[in-house]
Amino acid sequence: MRKIIAFVLLALLTQIAYSQMPDKFVKAMESKVAMLDSIQTAEGWIDMANAFERIANAEKTQWLPYYYAAFSNVMAGYMMGSGNAMGGDPEKTDPLADKAEKLLNAAEAMEKDNSEIFVVKKMIASLRMMADPMNRYMTYGPVAATALARAKALSPDNPRVYILEAQDKFYTPEQFGGSKTEAKELFLKAYKEFEIFKPASPIHPDWGRSQVNYFLTQF
Amino acid sequence: MKYSQKILIITILSAFQYLASAQTTIKGRVTDKKNGIAGVSISLKDTYDGATSDSAGHYSFTTTEKGEFVLTASAIGYKPFEQMVKLEPGTLTIDILLKEEITELTAVTVTAGTFEASDKKKVTVLGPIDIVTTASGNGDITEALKSLPGAQQIGESEGLFVRGGTAGETKIFIDGTLVNNFFYTGSPNIASRGRFSPFLFKGTVFSTGGYSALYGQALSSALILESIDLPEQSSANLGVSVIGLSGGFQQLAKNKKSSWGIDYGYTDLSLAFALIKQRQDYFKVPILHNADANFRIKTSKTGILKYYSTFGSQKLGFRTNSLDTLTYKDIFRLKNINMYHNLSWKEKIANKWRLETGVSYTNNRDQLAGGLQDADNTNTVVSGLEFKNYALDLKGHYFNAKMVVEKRFTGLSVLRFGGEYNFSDDHSMYTAYDNSRYPGLIRENLGAAFAETDIYLTNAIAAKIGGRYEHSSLFQKSNIAPRLSLAYKTGKTSQASVAYGIFYQNPERRYLPATAPLTFMKATHYIAQYQLVSKDYTLRGEIFYKRYNDLIKTASNGTAESASSNNGFGDARGFDFFWRDKKTLKNVDYWISYSYLDTKRDYLNFPYAIQPSFAAKHTASLIIKKFVSQWKTGFNAAYNFATGRPYYYIGYDGATSSYQFKDRGKTPAYQNFSFSLNYLPNLNNTNAKKFTVLVLSVSNVFGFDQTYGYQYSFDGMRKQRIVPPSKTFVFIGMFISFGVDRSDDVINMNL
Repeated sequence: MRKIIAFVLLALLTQIAYSQMPDKFVKAMESKVAMLDSIQTAEGWIDMANAFERIANAEKTQWLPYYYAAFSNVMAGYMMGSGNAMGGDPEKTDPLADKAEKLLNAAEAMEKDNSEIFVVKKMIASLRMMADPMNRYMTYGPVAATALARAKALSPDNPRVYILEAQDKFYTPEQFGGSKTEAKELFLKAYKEFEIFKPASPIHPDWGRSQVNYFLTQF
Repeated sequence: MKYSQKILIITILSAFQYLASAQTTIKGRVTDKKNGIAGVSISLKDTYDGATSDSAGHYSFTTTEKGEFVLTASAIGYKPFEQMVKLEPGTLTIDILLKEEITELTAVTVTAGTFEASDKKKVTVLGPIDIVTTASGNGDITEALKSLPGAQQIGESEGLFVRGGTAGETKIFIDGTLVNNFFYTGSPNIASRGRFSPFLFKGTVFSTGGYSALYGQALSSALILESIDLPEQSSANLGVSVIGLSGGFQQLAKNKKSSWGIDYGYTDLSLAFALIKQRQDYFKVPILHNADANFRIKTSKTGILKYYSTFGSQKLGFRTNSLDTLTYKDIFRLKNINMYHNLSWKEKIANKWRLETGVSYTNNRDQLAGGLQDADNTNTVVSGLEFKNYALDLKGHYFNAKMVVEKRFTGLSVLRFGGEYNFSDDHSMYTAYDNSRYPGLIRENLGAAFAETDIYLTNAIAAKIGGRYEHSSLFQKSNIAPRLSLAYKTGKTSQASVAYGIFYQNPERRYLPATAPLTFMKATHYIAQYQLVSKDYTLRGEIFYKRYNDLIKTASNGTAESASSNNGFGDARGFDFFWRDKKTLKNVDYWISYSYLDTKRDYLNFPYAIQPSFAAKHTASLIIKKFVSQWKTGFNAAYNFATGRPYYYIGYDGATSSYQFKDRGKTPAYQNFSFSLNYLPNLNNTNAKKFTVLVLSVSNVFGFDQTYGYQYSFDGMRKQRIVPPSKTFVFIGMFISFGVDRSDDVINMNL
């Protein structure tokens, strides 16, 4: 009978131990990170943001879930605009920008000088600015530009830097400094960077491939 | 091992396995009593498990966790929810009721009489950029506020004339303390601009009556400005325009806890006046220097210390054809030096206790001179008109201090109390044509104590009850002024409010010293308001009645008028209407204001109660703004209208020894259409190093005839229209902000 009890206890302990393996974190992250490039709606991004935030809050010492939660909130904000971050509704998008900023600050506290964090910083500033361009351009324009310059300086090979640059060129009419040709070049640059880009792990930032592919079909 | 034993082991094992891997499904609906709430994050605390509610508020998720856990739900705008749950295999249904977070955004606010625009409020009535992009505002705070109901379209002098009140009845406060020389020194019949840029302020409260007991010495209106906090990042700025140059720098510390900055502006109207002919003939074109400096320090998470100062100088001189003696010219010269300092500190001093305190100091000197010149522009003294040659040297020192202590109670109820001290010292020296000199000094120490409480009976009913005590050492008088307002939230976006208050103000200094003992002038306000406010539109209607007592009457002592009694009186009644809509027309923000005003007063030298010359019966504005983000351009237009105002020539009649109307009339209606463009060339250029705004603005585009009133010759025999210095004015400017971030250099050094 002792054998049996020992066996049962062992089975139980294994079960418990399994649930505490860091593997759990990696697995949970992997499944979500893999979905990032396929989300199409604001609701989808909010759902994703909440999922990453749960992981962030449970782990507390991992910067990646905070980073993804911030990123997902910004994306939800972009979706609430007309989808291209041009003009929006500050009432709806400001709380998301606030939340993203808070989460990103938590990520940055653990992960200093990471290009990916500055990419999201730029996105937050742009989200704020485009919600009310007339009122916010002088404030958030420089904040966005500084963040992007920093992201580029920290990692000139980061394909996401070029996606952001390309999108800005893409959505601005030619007579106002936009350029489809330049946008295409930048998307191609991002595409090339993706070919050589290796994320530090399967759960490190690697999003943006589908965006690049989509835009490259628009020319 | 027997077969039965084996069976037992397998059974127990599989039972445990089953139990261990068995899932609990948690589902339910999140509501606010009535409706489902979408996008709520539901989670099991300290686990990865959870869900987001759908558009109807439903949620469902499974977990393999066992035992007791905390289920949390959170959503923006709602109080966080927590509940202990015991997880067992099967389905657990938990419906969640979220309570709306009672914040200043959602609760009723006492608004009768006020227009508020600040970062705390959901609905900004007029933010800094609103001011700059109001076409009729010319980038000036008070000019832009004239597009709101309650203020008159007065162009011949500066200041806000509110609901039948004079400009002197509106007081302006920065970070709590009184500002003594808010405007540049004015010239006869020309309105001067404010000294302060709209970008210095993050919040604006424009009260057209019934304002809080924290403020006093203003019979009609209080304009309460709150300065900005730390900048987002270090930046430099540069401005070039047809009227001058400006540049500045703001440095944010690395730890983002403090910042400092300096700015300098040079204004020279030579170019503008050469291109746009002025009615006045300037022998000294206005030249202004203005420098400012600031620092801001976060003293803790909740506290901030702010310092701001300006130093300005102003010089001008012009001639106009004299009405008093034909072929001669009146000349006017002005020199001004002004220095202003403001230091304020806000801090949470203990749990639920806050302190707001500030001091300000102003030193102002105006040197004014008038004279007559003949056809060859040579100074002359004409017999009988000697008084036209004079010099007036005014030196003022003003010190203001204020302290407000705030105690919060449960919910939003608040008690505030504190004191205020205003010191003023006005020296004058009048030099007559024959070099005889007449010095003057008016010194005042005004102390005030006040207390006020905001009581929230429920989230929907609030009362603001306050009182203010003042003592003037100059008049040796005290007063007690009660203030009361109530607000009731009638719906999610609508509320009704009423306000009552008594307001006292010292007689204006320019009529002092008086020939008899004086007391405070007094106004009593009664206001009722209804408003509907959502994020897309604002609808506001207000009716008011204002009673004036103890206004000063003046008597002539030969050349100047001075106060002789408090026997003046008056009243004003009317209603205001305001509609702002940001939604109906795509990307268009427009507002309409209308004010009806019926007012009469007997004050100064008026023979009896009349409609004063600064009050039009009907005033209306239409402001339209459209930003086309694809073109990176904002288009702004404004139309302002006011019915004609009365004008009078009041002369002293020796025979009856009284003042009498020698002439009177009414000006034609006033209208102005202005237009402005703002072009942001680098809006979407993420690699931009500089952020430029190009501005073009044209006032009175259609060249309407605008008559502000009439001026009379000394003997009242001749009169002349008072009109703007030029029919239209065109402003072209370029303002650049450079983001400055030293971290790039730091990275390069490390690499």
